[in-house]
Amino acid sequence: MKIWRYGDNVNTDMLFPGKYTYSCSTADEIIPHLLEDLDSSFSKDVKKGDIIIAGKNFGCGSSREQPVIGLKAVGIKAIIAESFARIFYRASINQGLVLIESPDFVKAFSGNDSIELNLIKGIIKINKKNFSFPKLPKEITEIQNSGGLLEYTRIKLKKKNK
Amino acid sequence: MEMTFAEKILAKYSDEKNIVPNKIVNVTPDHLLTHDNTAAIIQKIQNELDKYGIYSNKMPIIVLDHVIPAATEKTALNHKKIREFVKEFKIKNFFDVGFGICHQIVIEKGFALPGKLILGSDSHTCSYGAVGTFSTGIDRTEAASLLLSGETWLKVPNSIKINLKNKLQKGVYAKDTILKIIGDISASGANYCSIEFHGDVNELTIDDRFTITNMGVEMGAKNSVFLVDDVTIGYLNSIGISKSNYDITYADKQALYIKEFDYDLSHIEPMIACPHSVDNVKPVDEIEGLEIQQCFIGTCTNGRISDLKIAAEILNGKKISKNVRLIILPASIDIYENALNLGIIKTLVKSGAIILPPGCGPCLGAHQGVLAPGEKCISTANRNFKGRMGCKDAEIYLASPATVAISAIKGKITNPKEVLL
Repeated sequence: MKIWRYGDNVNTDMLFPGKYTYSCSTADEIIPHLLEDLDSSFSKDVKKGDIIIAGKNFGCGSSREQPVIGLKAVGIKAIIAESFARIFYRASINQGLVLIESPDFVKAFSGNDSIELNLIKGIIKINKKNFSFPKLPKEITEIQNSGGLLEYTRIKLKKKNK
Repeated sequence: MEMTFAEKILAKYSDEKNIVPNKIVNVTPDHLLTHDNTAAIIQKIQNELDKYGIYSNKMPIIVLDHVIPAATEKTALNHKKIREFVKEFKIKNFFDVGFGICHQIVIEKGFALPGKLILGSDSHTCSYGAVGTFSTGIDRTEAASLLLSGETWLKVPNSIKINLKNKLQKGVYAKDTILKIIGDISASGANYCSIEFHGDVNELTIDDRFTITNMGVEMGAKNSVFLVDDVTIGYLNSIGISKSNYDITYADKQALYIKEFDYDLSHIEPMIACPHSVDNVKPVDEIEGLEIQQCFIGTCTNGRISDLKIAAEILNGKKISKNVRLIILPASIDIYENALNLGIIKTLVKSGAIILPPGCGPCLGAHQGVLAPGEKCISTANRNFKGRMGCKDAEIYLASPATVAISAIKGKITNPKEVLL
Protein backbone atom coordinates (compact mmCIF):
# COMPACT_ATOMS: atom_id res chain seq x y z
CA MET A 1 0.00 0.00 0.00
CA LYS A 2 1.34 3.39 -0.96
CA ILE A 3 0.49 6.66 0.73
CA TRP A 4 0.14 9.65 -1.57
CA ARG A 5 0.77 12.87 0.33
CA TYR A 6 -0.52 16.29 -0.78
CA GLY A 7 -0.96 19.72 0.80
CA ASP A 8 -3.79 22.23 1.29
CA ASN A 9 -6.40 23.30 -1.28
CA VAL A 10 -5.96 20.46 -3.78
CA ASN A 11 -8.57 21.72 -6.22
CA THR A 12 -10.71 20.00 -8.85
CA ASP A 13 -8.52 21.27 -11.72
CA MET A 14 -5.52 19.56 -10.10
CA LEU A 15 -7.54 16.38 -9.56
CA PHE A 16 -8.90 16.33 -13.11
CA PRO A 17 -8.25 19.20 -15.58
CA GLY A 18 -11.34 21.10 -16.71
CA LYS A 19 -10.37 20.79 -20.36
CA TYR A 20 -11.36 17.09 -20.28
CA THR A 21 -14.72 17.52 -18.55
CA TYR A 22 -16.76 17.17 -21.73
CA SER A 23 -14.61 14.56 -23.41
CA CYS A 24 -14.20 12.03 -20.57
CA SER A 25 -16.96 10.55 -18.46
CA THR A 26 -16.27 6.81 -18.02
CA ALA A 27 -13.69 5.53 -15.51
CA ASP A 28 -11.46 4.24 -18.34
CA GLU A 29 -11.43 7.67 -19.98
CA ILE A 30 -10.86 9.47 -16.67
CA ILE A 31 -8.06 7.38 -15.10
CA PRO A 32 -5.16 8.45 -17.41
CA HIS A 33 -5.82 12.12 -16.47
CA LEU A 34 -6.22 11.71 -12.69
CA LEU A 35 -4.14 14.30 -10.82
CA GLU A 36 -2.42 15.08 -14.15
CA ASP A 37 -1.41 18.67 -13.31
CA LEU A 38 -0.58 17.87 -9.67
CA ASP A 39 1.42 14.63 -9.80
CA SER A 40 2.20 13.07 -13.17
CA SER A 41 3.28 9.77 -11.55
CA PHE A 42 -0.08 9.18 -9.86
CA SER A 43 -2.13 7.64 -12.64
CA LYS A 44 0.76 5.37 -13.68
CA ASP A 45 1.73 4.12 -10.22
CA VAL A 46 -1.48 4.15 -8.15
CA LYS A 47 -2.61 0.70 -6.94
CA LYS A 48 -5.71 -0.73 -5.34
CA GLY A 49 -5.71 -0.11 -1.59
CA ASP A 50 -3.56 3.06 -1.71
CA ILE A 51 -4.43 5.97 0.58
CA ILE A 52 -4.29 9.74 -0.05
CA ILE A 53 -3.40 12.01 2.87
CA ALA A 54 -3.93 15.74 2.34
CA GLY A 55 -4.30 19.07 4.14
CA LYS A 56 -7.20 21.48 4.26
CA ASN A 57 -10.03 21.91 1.75
CA PHE A 58 -9.35 18.86 -0.44
CA GLY A 59 -11.47 18.90 -3.62
CA CYS A 60 -12.27 22.62 -3.63
CA GLY A 61 -13.49 24.28 -6.81
CA SER A 62 -15.89 22.93 -9.39
CA SER A 63 -18.73 20.44 -9.23
CA ARG A 64 -16.62 17.75 -10.91
CA GLU A 65 -17.31 14.14 -10.15
CA GLN A 66 -14.83 12.65 -12.65
CA PRO A 67 -11.97 12.62 -10.11
CA VAL A 68 -14.26 10.90 -7.58
CA ILE A 69 -15.26 8.25 -10.13
CA GLY A 70 -11.61 7.82 -11.15
CA LEU A 71 -10.21 7.58 -7.60
CA LYS A 72 -12.88 5.05 -6.67
CA ALA A 73 -12.19 3.03 -9.83
CA VAL A 74 -8.42 2.79 -9.24
CA GLY A 75 -9.18 1.46 -5.76
CA ILE A 76 -8.20 4.31 -3.43
CA LYS A 77 -9.07 2.89 0.00
CA ALA A 78 -9.62 6.31 1.61
CA ILE A 79 -8.70 9.97 1.41
CA ILE A 80 -7.76 11.34 4.82
CA ALA A 81 -7.64 15.14 4.99
CA GLU A 82 -7.81 17.99 7.48
CA SER A 83 -10.99 19.10 5.70
CA PHE A 84 -12.87 18.63 2.43
CA ALA A 85 -14.80 20.99 0.16
CA ARG A 86 -18.51 20.27 0.29
CA ILE A 87 -19.40 19.35 -3.31
CA PHE A 88 -16.45 16.93 -3.45
CA TYR A 89 -17.59 15.49 -0.13
CA ARG A 90 -21.13 14.92 -1.38
CA ALA A 91 -19.85 13.46 -4.66
CA SER A 92 -17.73 10.98 -2.70
CA ILE A 93 -20.69 9.86 -0.61
CA ASN A 94 -22.67 9.44 -3.81
CA GLN A 95 -19.97 7.27 -5.44
CA GLY A 96 -19.03 5.37 -2.28
CA LEU A 97 -15.48 6.78 -2.08
CA VAL A 98 -14.34 6.85 1.57
CA LEU A 99 -13.35 10.27 2.93
CA ILE A 100 -12.08 10.74 6.47
CA GLU A 101 -11.86 14.17 8.01
CA SER A 102 -9.22 14.03 10.76
CA PRO A 103 -7.05 17.12 11.23
CA ASP A 104 -5.35 15.57 14.27
CA PHE A 105 -4.25 12.52 12.30
CA VAL A 106 -2.97 14.57 9.34
CA LYS A 107 -0.94 16.79 11.66
CA ALA A 108 0.52 13.78 13.52
CA PHE A 109 1.45 11.86 10.37
CA SER A 110 5.20 12.22 9.67
CA GLY A 111 5.31 10.85 6.15
CA ASN A 112 7.19 7.66 6.97
CA ASP A 113 4.84 6.17 9.54
CA SER A 114 3.06 2.96 8.75
CA ILE A 115 -0.66 3.31 9.26
CA GLU A 116 -3.59 0.98 9.79
CA LEU A 117 -7.09 1.94 8.85
CA ASN A 118 -10.14 0.28 10.35
CA LEU A 119 -13.21 1.68 8.64
CA ILE A 120 -15.69 -0.37 10.63
CA LYS A 121 -14.38 0.72 14.03
CA GLY A 122 -13.67 4.26 12.80
CA ILE A 123 -10.00 4.20 13.82
CA ILE A 124 -6.72 5.10 12.11
CA LYS A 125 -3.54 3.92 13.80
CA ILE A 126 -0.09 5.52 13.45
CA ASN A 127 2.51 3.26 15.11
CA LYS A 128 0.66 2.69 18.38
CA LYS A 129 -1.43 5.80 18.55
CA ASN A 130 -5.13 5.65 17.68
CA PHE A 131 -7.09 8.43 16.02
CA SER A 132 -10.82 7.96 15.93
CA PHE A 133 -13.08 9.60 13.41
CA PRO A 134 -16.82 10.14 13.82
CA LYS A 135 -19.37 7.95 12.08
CA LEU A 136 -21.47 9.61 9.40
CA PRO A 137 -25.16 10.32 10.11
CA LYS A 138 -27.54 7.44 9.39
CA GLU A 139 -29.12 9.21 6.40
CA ILE A 140 -25.70 9.15 4.75
CA THR A 141 -24.65 5.64 5.74
CA GLU A 142 -27.91 4.42 4.19
CA ILE A 143 -26.75 5.87 0.85
CA GLN A 144 -23.33 4.26 1.25
CA ASN A 145 -24.79 0.91 2.29
CA SER A 146 -27.00 0.88 -0.79
CA GLY A 147 -23.84 1.10 -2.93
CA GLY A 148 -24.05 4.79 -3.77
CA LEU A 149 -26.75 7.36 -4.42
CA LEU A 150 -28.10 6.00 -7.69
CA GLU A 151 -28.60 2.54 -6.20
CA TYR A 152 -30.27 4.16 -3.19
CA THR A 153 -32.63 6.09 -5.49
CA ARG A 154 -33.31 2.98 -7.59
CA ILE A 155 -34.38 1.05 -4.48
CA LYS A 156 -36.61 3.95 -3.39
CA LEU A 157 -38.26 4.21 -6.81
CA LYS A 158 -38.86 0.47 -6.97
CA LYS A 159 -40.64 0.55 -3.61
CA LYS A 160 -42.72 3.55 -4.61
CA ASN A 161 -43.79 2.03 -7.92
CA LYS A 162 -44.68 -1.42 -6.58
CA MET B 1 -35.83 30.47 18.55
CA GLU B 2 -34.23 33.15 16.38
CA MET B 3 -33.07 31.73 13.04
CA THR B 4 -30.59 32.53 10.27
CA PHE B 5 -31.63 32.79 6.61
CA ALA B 6 -30.41 29.25 5.87
CA GLU B 7 -32.20 27.79 8.89
CA LYS B 8 -35.46 29.44 7.90
CA ILE B 9 -35.29 28.24 4.30
CA LEU B 10 -34.42 24.68 5.31
CA ALA B 11 -37.20 24.68 7.92
CA LYS B 12 -39.65 25.84 5.25
CA TYR B 13 -38.59 23.27 2.67
CA SER B 14 -38.26 20.30 5.01
CA ASP B 15 -41.29 20.94 7.23
CA GLU B 16 -39.06 20.20 10.23
CA LYS B 17 -39.51 22.30 13.34
CA ASN B 18 -36.26 21.75 15.19
CA ILE B 19 -33.72 23.16 12.74
CA VAL B 20 -30.20 23.41 14.16
CA PRO B 21 -26.78 23.39 12.46
CA ASN B 22 -25.58 19.92 11.34
CA LYS B 23 -29.09 18.44 11.29
CA ILE B 24 -29.84 16.60 8.06
CA VAL B 25 -33.10 17.40 6.30
CA ASN B 26 -34.83 16.20 3.14
CA VAL B 27 -35.85 18.86 0.64
CA THR B 28 -37.51 19.22 -2.74
CA PRO B 29 -35.98 22.24 -4.51
CA ASP B 30 -37.99 24.61 -6.68
CA HIS B 31 -35.52 24.08 -9.51
CA LEU B 32 -32.62 21.88 -10.53
CA LEU B 33 -30.07 23.51 -12.83
CA THR B 34 -27.90 21.47 -15.18
CA HIS B 35 -25.92 22.52 -18.27
CA ASP B 36 -23.82 20.66 -20.86
CA ASN B 37 -23.33 18.04 -18.15
CA THR B 38 -27.00 17.01 -18.63
CA ALA B 39 -25.76 14.53 -21.26
CA ALA B 40 -23.60 12.71 -18.71
CA ILE B 41 -26.38 12.94 -16.11
CA ILE B 42 -29.08 11.31 -18.22
CA GLN B 43 -26.64 8.64 -19.42
CA LYS B 44 -26.39 7.41 -15.81
CA ILE B 45 -30.14 6.84 -15.49
CA GLN B 46 -31.31 5.82 -18.96
CA ASN B 47 -33.06 2.66 -17.71
CA GLU B 48 -34.85 4.49 -14.89
CA LEU B 49 -35.91 7.31 -17.21
CA ASP B 50 -37.45 4.74 -19.55
CA LYS B 51 -39.19 3.00 -16.67
CA TYR B 52 -40.29 5.81 -14.34
CA GLY B 53 -39.86 9.06 -16.28
CA ILE B 54 -38.84 12.27 -14.51
CA TYR B 55 -40.16 13.69 -11.24
CA SER B 56 -41.35 16.95 -12.82
CA ASN B 57 -40.84 18.67 -16.17
CA LYS B 58 -40.99 22.08 -14.49
CA MET B 59 -38.21 21.53 -11.96
CA PRO B 60 -35.25 21.19 -14.37
CA ILE B 61 -33.62 24.22 -15.95
CA ILE B 62 -31.20 23.18 -18.68
CA VAL B 63 -28.85 25.72 -20.26
CA LEU B 64 -26.23 24.83 -22.87
CA ASP B 65 -23.31 27.13 -22.11
CA HIS B 66 -20.09 25.33 -21.22
CA VAL B 67 -18.72 24.42 -24.64
CA ILE B 68 -20.76 26.43 -27.14
CA PRO B 69 -20.98 26.40 -30.10
CA ALA B 70 -19.76 22.79 -29.90
CA ALA B 71 -15.98 22.51 -30.18
CA THR B 72 -15.77 18.84 -31.12
CA GLU B 73 -17.95 16.05 -32.47
CA LYS B 74 -18.25 14.72 -28.92
CA THR B 75 -19.55 18.00 -27.47
CA ALA B 76 -21.90 18.36 -30.46
CA LEU B 77 -23.27 14.88 -29.79
CA ASN B 78 -23.76 15.77 -26.10
CA HIS B 79 -25.81 18.81 -27.10
CA LYS B 80 -27.85 16.68 -29.52
CA LYS B 81 -28.63 14.10 -26.83
CA ILE B 82 -29.74 16.86 -24.45
CA ARG B 83 -32.10 18.34 -27.07
CA GLU B 84 -33.63 14.88 -27.60
CA PHE B 85 -34.08 14.43 -23.85
CA VAL B 86 -35.73 17.86 -23.57
CA LYS B 87 -38.15 16.95 -26.35
CA GLU B 88 -38.95 13.47 -25.03
CA PHE B 89 -39.68 14.61 -21.47
CA LYS B 90 -41.21 17.96 -22.43
CA ILE B 91 -38.77 19.92 -20.26
CA LYS B 92 -40.29 23.40 -19.85
CA ASN B 93 -37.14 25.41 -19.16
CA PHE B 94 -34.56 24.75 -21.86
CA PHE B 95 -32.10 27.32 -23.18
CA ASP B 96 -30.15 26.13 -26.19
CA VAL B 97 -26.69 27.28 -27.33
CA GLY B 98 -26.57 31.07 -27.59
CA PHE B 99 -28.89 32.16 -24.75
CA GLY B 100 -26.10 32.68 -22.27
CA ILE B 101 -24.37 31.43 -19.15
CA CYS B 102 -26.63 29.26 -16.99
CA HIS B 103 -26.36 31.39 -13.82
CA GLN B 104 -27.12 34.58 -15.74
CA ILE B 105 -30.17 32.91 -17.33
CA VAL B 106 -31.50 31.66 -13.97
CA ILE B 107 -31.49 35.20 -12.57
CA GLU B 108 -32.39 37.12 -15.75
CA LYS B 109 -35.38 34.89 -16.59
CA GLY B 110 -36.74 35.17 -13.06
CA PHE B 111 -36.25 31.56 -11.89
CA ALA B 112 -34.27 32.77 -8.87
CA LEU B 113 -36.67 34.52 -6.50
CA PRO B 114 -36.52 35.55 -2.85
CA GLY B 115 -37.14 32.68 -0.43
CA LYS B 116 -36.77 29.93 -3.08
CA LEU B 117 -34.47 26.90 -3.02
CA ILE B 118 -32.44 26.03 -6.13
CA LEU B 119 -29.85 23.26 -6.53
CA GLY B 120 -27.53 22.92 -9.51
CA SER B 121 -24.77 20.65 -10.73
CA ASP B 122 -22.38 23.58 -11.00
CA SER B 123 -20.42 25.09 -8.14
CA HIS B 124 -21.41 28.68 -8.95
CA THR B 125 -25.08 27.89 -8.35
CA CYS B 126 -24.49 29.82 -5.11
CA SER B 127 -24.89 33.03 -7.19
CA TYR B 128 -28.66 33.33 -6.73
CA GLY B 129 -28.32 34.66 -3.21
CA ALA B 130 -27.93 37.95 -5.10
CA VAL B 131 -31.74 38.08 -5.19
CA GLY B 132 -32.40 36.38 -1.84
CA THR B 133 -32.56 32.75 -3.08
CA PHE B 134 -31.00 29.85 -1.16
CA SER B 135 -28.94 28.09 -3.81
CA THR B 136 -26.05 25.67 -3.77
CA GLY B 137 -24.02 23.32 -5.94
CA ILE B 138 -24.28 19.53 -6.07
CA ASP B 139 -22.66 16.89 -8.29
CA ARG B 140 -23.88 15.15 -11.45
CA THR B 141 -24.99 11.95 -9.74
CA GLU B 142 -27.08 13.90 -7.27
CA ALA B 143 -28.63 15.85 -10.16
CA ALA B 144 -29.49 12.50 -11.79
CA SER B 145 -31.13 11.31 -8.59
CA LEU B 146 -33.07 14.58 -8.28
CA LEU B 147 -34.34 14.32 -11.86
CA LEU B 148 -35.88 10.96 -10.93
CA SER B 149 -36.97 11.47 -7.34
CA GLY B 150 -37.26 15.25 -6.84
CA GLU B 151 -35.63 15.17 -3.43
CA THR B 152 -32.29 15.14 -1.68
CA TRP B 153 -30.70 15.76 1.71
CA LEU B 154 -29.04 18.93 2.94
CA LYS B 155 -27.14 19.54 6.15
CA VAL B 156 -28.21 22.67 8.00
CA PRO B 157 -25.15 24.95 7.80
CA ASN B 158 -23.63 27.27 10.35
CA SER B 159 -23.87 30.89 9.24
CA ILE B 160 -21.36 33.71 8.89
CA LYS B 161 -22.44 37.34 8.92
CA ILE B 162 -20.55 39.95 6.89
CA ASN B 163 -21.43 43.57 7.68
CA LEU B 164 -20.70 46.10 4.95
CA LYS B 165 -20.61 49.84 5.55
CA ASN B 166 -20.14 53.01 3.50
CA LYS B 167 -19.56 53.21 -0.25
CA LEU B 168 -16.87 52.00 -2.65
CA GLN B 169 -14.46 54.61 -4.01
CA LYS B 170 -14.37 55.41 -7.74
CA GLY B 171 -12.36 52.74 -9.58
CA VAL B 172 -13.17 50.11 -6.94
CA TYR B 173 -15.89 47.54 -7.57
CA ALA B 174 -17.82 44.56 -6.19
CA LYS B 175 -15.09 42.29 -7.59
CA ASP B 176 -12.43 44.04 -5.52
CA THR B 177 -14.68 43.69 -2.47
CA ILE B 178 -15.17 39.96 -2.79
CA LEU B 179 -11.48 39.39 -3.61
CA LYS B 180 -10.53 41.32 -0.47
CA ILE B 181 -12.96 39.22 1.60
CA ILE B 182 -11.73 35.90 0.16
CA GLY B 183 -8.12 36.94 0.74
CA ASP B 184 -8.94 37.56 4.40
CA ILE B 185 -11.24 34.60 5.06
CA SER B 186 -9.21 32.11 2.89
CA ALA B 187 -10.28 29.50 0.36
CA SER B 188 -11.59 27.23 3.10
CA GLY B 189 -12.60 29.82 5.70
CA ALA B 190 -16.33 29.49 5.07
CA ASN B 191 -16.41 25.72 4.38
CA TYR B 192 -19.92 24.24 4.70
CA CYS B 193 -21.25 27.65 5.91
CA SER B 194 -23.99 29.98 4.76
CA ILE B 195 -22.79 33.56 4.26
CA GLU B 196 -25.16 36.48 4.83
CA PHE B 197 -24.34 40.05 3.75
CA HIS B 198 -25.79 42.78 5.95
CA GLY B 199 -25.34 46.52 6.46
CA ASP B 200 -25.09 49.22 3.77
CA VAL B 201 -25.97 46.84 0.97
CA ASN B 202 -28.37 49.35 -0.55
CA GLU B 203 -25.38 50.88 -2.36
CA LEU B 204 -24.77 47.63 -4.24
CA THR B 205 -26.74 46.86 -7.42
CA ILE B 206 -27.97 43.35 -8.28
CA ASP B 207 -25.03 43.07 -10.71
CA ASP B 208 -22.65 43.90 -7.83
CA ARG B 209 -24.34 41.40 -5.52
CA PHE B 210 -24.24 38.73 -8.23
CA THR B 211 -20.45 39.16 -8.52
CA ILE B 212 -20.11 38.81 -4.75
CA THR B 213 -22.42 35.82 -4.18
CA ASN B 214 -21.01 34.08 -7.27
CA MET B 215 -17.64 33.80 -5.52
CA GLY B 216 -19.01 32.48 -2.21
CA VAL B 217 -17.91 28.97 -3.18
CA GLU B 218 -14.32 30.25 -3.55
CA MET B 219 -14.17 30.43 0.24
CA GLY B 220 -15.99 27.13 0.63
CA ALA B 221 -19.46 28.49 1.37
CA LYS B 222 -22.56 26.40 0.83
CA ASN B 223 -24.56 29.46 -0.14
CA SER B 224 -24.12 33.21 -0.06
CA VAL B 225 -26.98 35.67 0.22
CA PHE B 226 -27.96 39.33 0.26
CA LEU B 227 -31.18 39.74 2.19
CA VAL B 228 -33.95 41.27 0.11
CA ASP B 229 -34.32 45.09 0.05
CA ASP B 230 -35.72 47.78 -2.26
CA VAL B 231 -32.91 47.14 -4.74
CA THR B 232 -33.94 43.47 -5.07
CA ILE B 233 -37.63 44.31 -5.37
CA GLY B 234 -36.86 47.03 -7.93
CA TYR B 235 -34.75 44.65 -9.99
CA LEU B 236 -37.42 41.95 -9.99
CA ASN B 237 -40.04 44.53 -11.00
CA SER B 238 -37.78 45.53 -13.90
CA ILE B 239 -37.85 41.95 -15.22
CA GLY B 240 -41.65 41.80 -14.83
CA ILE B 241 -41.94 40.00 -11.47
CA SER B 242 -44.02 41.75 -8.85
CA LYS B 243 -43.86 41.18 -5.11
CA SER B 244 -46.96 39.02 -5.09
CA ASN B 245 -44.98 36.32 -6.92
CA TYR B 246 -42.57 35.53 -4.10
CA ASP B 247 -42.34 35.08 -0.38
CA ILE B 248 -39.34 36.88 1.15
CA THR B 249 -37.30 35.14 3.84
CA TYR B 250 -35.33 37.29 6.28
CA ALA B 251 -32.90 36.18 8.98
CA ASP B 252 -34.05 36.99 12.52
CA LYS B 253 -32.29 39.88 14.26
CA GLN B 254 -30.95 37.73 17.10
CA ALA B 255 -29.96 34.71 14.99
CA LEU B 256 -26.70 33.00 15.93
CA TYR B 257 -23.65 33.34 13.69
CA ILE B 258 -20.40 31.43 14.19
CA LYS B 259 -18.33 34.34 12.85
CA GLU B 260 -18.90 38.01 12.03
CA PHE B 261 -16.76 40.27 9.85
CA ASP B 262 -16.99 44.03 9.27
CA TYR B 263 -15.88 45.71 6.06
CA ASP B 264 -15.68 49.44 5.39
CA LEU B 265 -16.22 49.59 1.61
CA SER B 266 -14.61 53.03 1.40
CA HIS B 267 -11.27 51.51 2.51
CA ILE B 268 -11.13 48.82 -0.18
CA GLU B 269 -8.56 49.26 -2.98
CA PRO B 270 -8.42 47.54 -6.40
CA MET B 271 -7.44 43.93 -5.61
CA ILE B 272 -6.08 41.02 -7.64
CA ALA B 273 -5.95 37.27 -6.98
CA CYS B 274 -2.53 35.93 -8.00
CA PRO B 275 -1.69 32.40 -9.19
CA HIS B 276 -2.69 29.69 -8.38
CA SER B 277 -5.37 30.19 -5.75
CA VAL B 278 -8.29 32.57 -5.38
CA ASP B 279 -7.23 33.55 -1.84
CA ASN B 280 -3.75 34.67 -2.93
CA VAL B 281 -5.06 38.23 -3.01
CA LYS B 282 -2.95 41.43 -3.16
CA PRO B 283 -3.64 45.09 -3.87
CA VAL B 284 -3.21 45.68 -7.64
CA ASP B 285 -0.48 48.23 -6.78
CA GLU B 286 1.77 45.44 -5.46
CA ILE B 287 2.13 43.73 -8.82
CA GLU B 288 1.57 46.70 -11.10
CA GLY B 289 3.70 46.56 -14.26
CA LEU B 290 3.61 42.78 -14.68
CA GLU B 291 3.33 42.04 -18.43
CA ILE B 292 0.36 39.97 -19.61
CA GLN B 293 -0.49 38.36 -22.94
CA GLN B 294 -4.25 37.78 -22.60
CA CYS B 295 -7.05 39.82 -21.03
CA PHE B 296 -10.51 38.37 -20.50
CA ILE B 297 -13.71 40.18 -19.51
CA GLY B 298 -16.79 37.99 -19.07
CA THR B 299 -18.01 34.86 -17.20
CA CYS B 300 -20.81 34.45 -14.66
CA THR B 301 -18.77 36.67 -12.32
CA ASN B 302 -18.36 39.77 -14.51
CA GLY B 303 -20.03 39.52 -17.92
CA ARG B 304 -22.98 41.81 -17.27
CA ILE B 305 -23.95 45.09 -18.92
CA SER B 306 -22.47 47.17 -16.08
CA ASP B 307 -19.16 45.33 -16.51
CA LEU B 308 -19.09 45.88 -20.27
CA LYS B 309 -20.00 49.56 -19.74
CA ILE B 310 -17.03 50.05 -17.41
CA ALA B 311 -14.73 48.37 -19.94
CA ALA B 312 -16.11 50.52 -22.79
CA GLU B 313 -15.63 53.74 -20.79
CA ILE B 314 -11.97 52.90 -20.30
CA LEU B 315 -11.36 51.59 -23.83
CA ASN B 316 -13.32 54.34 -25.62
CA GLY B 317 -11.14 55.87 -28.36
CA LYS B 318 -8.10 53.83 -27.31
CA LYS B 319 -6.35 50.77 -28.73
CA ILE B 320 -5.26 47.77 -26.72
CA SER B 321 -1.53 47.00 -26.54
CA LYS B 322 -0.22 45.12 -29.57
CA ASN B 323 1.24 42.56 -27.16
CA VAL B 324 -2.13 41.37 -25.80
CA ARG B 325 -5.37 39.71 -26.90
CA LEU B 326 -8.52 41.11 -25.30
CA ILE B 327 -11.41 38.63 -25.18
CA ILE B 328 -14.86 39.90 -24.18
CA LEU B 329 -17.85 37.71 -23.53
CA PRO B 330 -21.33 39.04 -22.67
CA ALA B 331 -22.97 36.70 -20.14
CA SER B 332 -26.24 36.43 -22.09
CA ILE B 333 -27.78 37.26 -25.44
CA ASP B 334 -29.95 39.93 -23.78
CA ILE B 335 -26.83 41.60 -22.38
CA TYR B 336 -25.18 41.30 -25.82
CA GLU B 337 -28.16 42.97 -27.50
CA ASN B 338 -28.29 45.69 -24.88
CA ALA B 339 -24.56 46.33 -25.36
CA LEU B 340 -25.08 46.53 -29.13
CA ASN B 341 -27.91 49.04 -28.72
CA LEU B 342 -25.81 51.18 -26.38
CA GLY B 343 -22.85 51.23 -28.78
CA ILE B 344 -20.69 49.39 -26.26
CA ILE B 345 -19.81 46.52 -28.60
CA LYS B 346 -18.68 48.99 -31.28
CA THR B 347 -16.39 50.75 -28.81
CA LEU B 348 -14.93 47.45 -27.63
CA VAL B 349 -14.38 46.07 -31.14
CA LYS B 350 -12.76 49.34 -32.28
CA SER B 351 -10.33 49.11 -29.39
CA GLY B 352 -9.22 45.68 -30.65
CA ALA B 353 -11.38 43.31 -28.57
CA ILE B 354 -12.54 39.89 -29.77
CA ILE B 355 -16.22 39.32 -28.86
CA LEU B 356 -17.18 35.73 -28.06
CA PRO B 357 -20.69 34.23 -28.02
CA PRO B 358 -22.51 34.23 -24.64
CA GLY B 359 -21.30 31.16 -22.77
CA CYS B 360 -18.52 30.02 -20.47
CA GLY B 361 -15.85 30.45 -23.16
CA PRO B 362 -12.23 30.22 -22.06
CA CYS B 363 -13.02 30.17 -18.31
CA LEU B 364 -12.74 26.40 -18.01
CA GLY B 365 -10.00 25.87 -20.56
CA ALA B 366 -12.01 23.79 -23.01
CA HIS B 367 -11.75 26.14 -26.02
CA GLN B 368 -11.84 29.79 -27.21
CA GLY B 369 -8.77 31.36 -25.65
CA VAL B 370 -6.65 28.56 -24.17
CA LEU B 371 -3.29 29.80 -22.86
CA ALA B 372 0.22 28.73 -23.92
CA PRO B 373 3.00 27.73 -21.49
CA GLY B 374 4.61 30.78 -19.91
CA GLU B 375 1.70 33.10 -20.73
CA LYS B 376 -0.09 35.29 -18.21
CA CYS B 377 -3.78 36.17 -18.39
CA ILE B 378 -5.67 38.80 -16.40
CA SER B 379 -9.30 37.77 -16.16
CA THR B 380 -12.59 38.76 -14.55
CA ALA B 381 -13.43 35.07 -13.88
CA ASN B 382 -13.76 33.45 -10.49
CA ARG B 383 -10.94 30.84 -10.60
CA ASN B 384 -7.23 31.00 -11.24
CA PHE B 385 -6.34 27.38 -10.48
CA LYS B 386 -3.31 25.92 -12.18
CA GLY B 387 -4.40 24.58 -15.57
CA ARG B 388 -7.79 26.26 -15.37
CA MET B 389 -7.50 27.92 -18.78
CA GLY B 390 -6.21 24.77 -20.42
CA CYS B 391 -2.46 25.01 -19.65
CA LYS B 392 -0.76 24.12 -16.38
CA ASP B 393 2.28 26.25 -17.16
CA ALA B 394 0.30 29.48 -17.60
CA GLU B 395 -0.70 32.01 -14.92
CA ILE B 396 -4.13 33.53 -14.27
CA TYR B 397 -4.75 36.77 -12.33
CA LEU B 398 -8.30 37.68 -11.26
CA ALA B 399 -9.47 41.29 -11.11
CA SER B 400 -12.33 43.69 -11.86
CA PRO B 401 -13.39 44.57 -15.43
CA ALA B 402 -11.84 48.04 -14.94
CA THR B 403 -8.47 46.59 -13.96
CA VAL B 404 -8.57 44.16 -16.91
CA ALA B 405 -9.56 46.90 -19.40
CA ILE B 406 -6.83 49.34 -18.39
CA SER B 407 -4.29 46.49 -18.26
CA ALA B 408 -5.24 45.58 -21.86
CA ILE B 409 -4.36 49.11 -23.01
CA LYS B 410 -1.04 49.16 -21.17
CA GLY B 411 -0.09 45.52 -21.86
CA LYS B 412 0.71 45.16 -18.19
CA ILE B 413 -1.18 44.97 -14.92
CA THR B 414 -2.36 48.50 -14.05
CA ASN B 415 -4.43 50.09 -11.28
CA PRO B 416 -7.64 51.52 -12.83
CA LYS B 417 -7.75 54.37 -10.34
CA GLU B 418 -4.97 56.01 -12.39
CA VAL B 419 -7.33 56.62 -15.31
CA LEU B 420 -10.62 56.94 -13.47
CA LEU B 421 -9.64 59.56 -10.90
